[in-house]
Amino acid sequence: MRKVLWILLSLIGAFAVGGIALNRGETLNAMWIVVAAACIYALGYRFYSAWIAAKVLSADPMRATPAIRLNNGRDFVPTHRWIVFGHHFAAIAGPGPLIGPTLAAQFGYLPGTLWILIGAVLGGCVQDMTILFLSTRRDGRSLGQMARDELGPIGGVAAILGTLTIMIILIAVLGLVVVNAMKHSPWATSTVFATIPIALLIGLYLRNIRPGRVLEASAIGVTLLLLAVVGGGAVNAHPWLASLFDMEGIPLAWFVIGYGFFAAVLPVWLLLAPRDYLSTFLKLGTVFLLAIAVIVMRPEIRMPAVTQFIDGTGPIFGGALFPFVFITVACGAISGFHALVSSGTTPKLIGNESDVRLIGYGSMMLESCVAVMAMIAATLLEPGVYFAINSAPGIVGATAEEAVATISSWGFPVTVEQMRALAHEMGEATLFARTGGAPSLAVGMASIFASAFGEGLLAVWYHFAIMFEAVFILTTLDAGTRVGRFMLQDALGHVIKPLGRTSWYPSVLITSALVVAGWGYFLYIGVVDPNGGINILWPLFGIANQLLAGIALCVATGILVKQGKARYAWVTGLPLAWLAIITTTATWQKIVSPDVRVGFLAAAEQLADKLAAGALTPQQAAVAPQLIFNQRLDAALALLLTAILWVVIIDMLRVSWRAIRGLPVPPSSEAPAVQLAEVRS
Amino acid sequence: MKERWHALWNLIRALARDDAYERYLAHHARSHPDRAPLDRRSFYLIEQERKWTGVARCC
Repeated sequence: MRKVLWILLSLIGAFAVGGIALNRGETLNAMWIVVAAACIYALGYRFYSAWIAAKVLSADPMRATPAIRLNNGRDFVPTHRWIVFGHHFAAIAGPGPLIGPTLAAQFGYLPGTLWILIGAVLGGCVQDMTILFLSTRRDGRSLGQMARDELGPIGGVAAILGTLTIMIILIAVLGLVVVNAMKHSPWATSTVFATIPIALLIGLYLRNIRPGRVLEASAIGVTLLLLAVVGGGAVNAHPWLASLFDMEGIPLAWFVIGYGFFAAVLPVWLLLAPRDYLSTFLKLGTVFLLAIAVIVMRPEIRMPAVTQFIDGTGPIFGGALFPFVFITVACGAISGFHALVSSGTTPKLIGNESDVRLIGYGSMMLESCVAVMAMIAATLLEPGVYFAINSAPGIVGATAEEAVATISSWGFPVTVEQMRALAHEMGEATLFARTGGAPSLAVGMASIFASAFGEGLLAVWYHFAIMFEAVFILTTLDAGTRVGRFMLQDALGHVIKPLGRTSWYPSVLITSALVVAGWGYFLYIGVVDPNGGINILWPLFGIANQLLAGIALCVATGILVKQGKARYAWVTGLPLAWLAIITTTATWQKIVSPDVRVGFLAAAEQLADKLAAGALTPQQAAVAPQLIFNQRLDAALALLLTAILWVVIIDMLRVSWRAIRGLPVPPSSEAPAVQLAEVRS
Repeated sequence: MKERWHALWNLIRALARDDAYERYLAHHARSHPDRAPLDRRSFYLIEQERKWTGVARCC
């Protein structure tokens, strides 16, 4: 009977995937995508993850986990698996899976959706689960430590260098997304600004008034945030207040940079921790609401399955379908960053090895599901509107008339009146050239929410969506800067001893300033770049993130081979090979492509020629030297990232080869097996 | 019915780590009954510091 059910589910899934892929009608109902996703996740979880847990990892329910053996009531605590699932999902879910699919929608809904589903089931979920399991077997050691222990010092250094680089680029690109969402939007800017005093207030409440009462403090905070969204509308309606919050990109960038610095040096209880509580509640609530709204509304997808931009001429970012759809979707399919959470915090809470499947594989499935919803929200917009919001003025033209003419000429009709009416509905002055993904996602979310829960509140829903994205982007920004600071302190501590003392204030200030300067630089350049900056930064972020996943998969593959499971090494080895191919191809194209929208060096060259020939306006000429330098720096950075990945791959292959030949390799760092029965007695 | 609501409320508290201090007290009473436990505020501050020393949030 059960077998019949699973066969039926497979058939429905295959039918839905076929329906999505072969649909050539005007529109496609989003339910096709939802059903296909549900079937693929169910099959992946039921069969593939179970097989990996049993055969590849040999998870042993009778073996005591570190939470059981080392229980200290604090970080090592055996916890119910659904609660660990909640914590783990809250930790891995960030803004990435919302932004990546939105940008990848320029290729049409099909390529991104397929990669989100297939990449997650065969790659991302496998990575998260494997690393979680390996770290659990090693008392919760971090990815960097595992790389050093199992492969050798080269792997360890590469993992740390890779993590630091990805952190810098990630924060820069997220900062840019927030700046672009706030630029010339008094409503969004005042709402986002208001989140800071609200977080401070909650921080004080949690420390001084009612220490540690997380739920009631969060309830107060979320209420205040919702009031801030409505209050932003009042600010917007007031001429003087509106002019006060109507800001250019550059001052907003400085604001984000200053904010990042203070958030990193202030005590965590004051700003970072309360903001995180608020963003977690908002995030879970919004994702839940969005899922319900999609199922209730069953919206029509208006974007074609595949657009002409698969040839690499897309307005949002340059580059062909292969490899850039994989680089762009990033976190929704496979995210190296998850390996950092899967090694460290979560393994110390796992009460039984058999829970790893739900927590590791299951959380990533849910994350991928968020990416699918972001894809639906982006593609239900009229394609013309989607491109008008997401295309930079450097590509489609600076005025509204030029932009609609260019976009309509691509076969995606849109008019100035349509855009003006939409902006008016959303409570914005304009929606043209709001690059970065957040505004178009907010328009998509607002239209789903409004049609499901009441038409009249479009503008409020739009700014709610913007606030929601901004709040957890700023959380990632704080937390990321802090992690970067610790890593830098650790590294610099080897050279200048006192800098390694994590709580010594001069060291805190210096290293935080260095990290903030690192991402602040890329953020600033992104803001002054007339092509929008996202075009450069997002692919760089995608490469860095996939590279980190590559390092994690190298560690996993190396360990499998060392354990004598070479015949199963393909489980992590194949995703690794695929990531190596796409990151290397993407890096190669980003460096040598003669297309100025793809190749960093070609773009630098062209701009330098124009500057020399005096073909630029004085305004353009003023920033040109910075942009030229930046493009060359980006090329060097991409090269460095890929070189790091290959160093780790070669190191892993060397260790694996030695293991297969029976030559000495670094010993296994697995903690000795202790049976549950022994601990309990 | 009342028990169900109670179980749900406990689950929500556990998910939000609202009950972290109670759990700590219970554990402390079991393992170190001879020593006085931290008060609520010190426990909260130490826990926050510990939580945010590693990678706790992703992209």
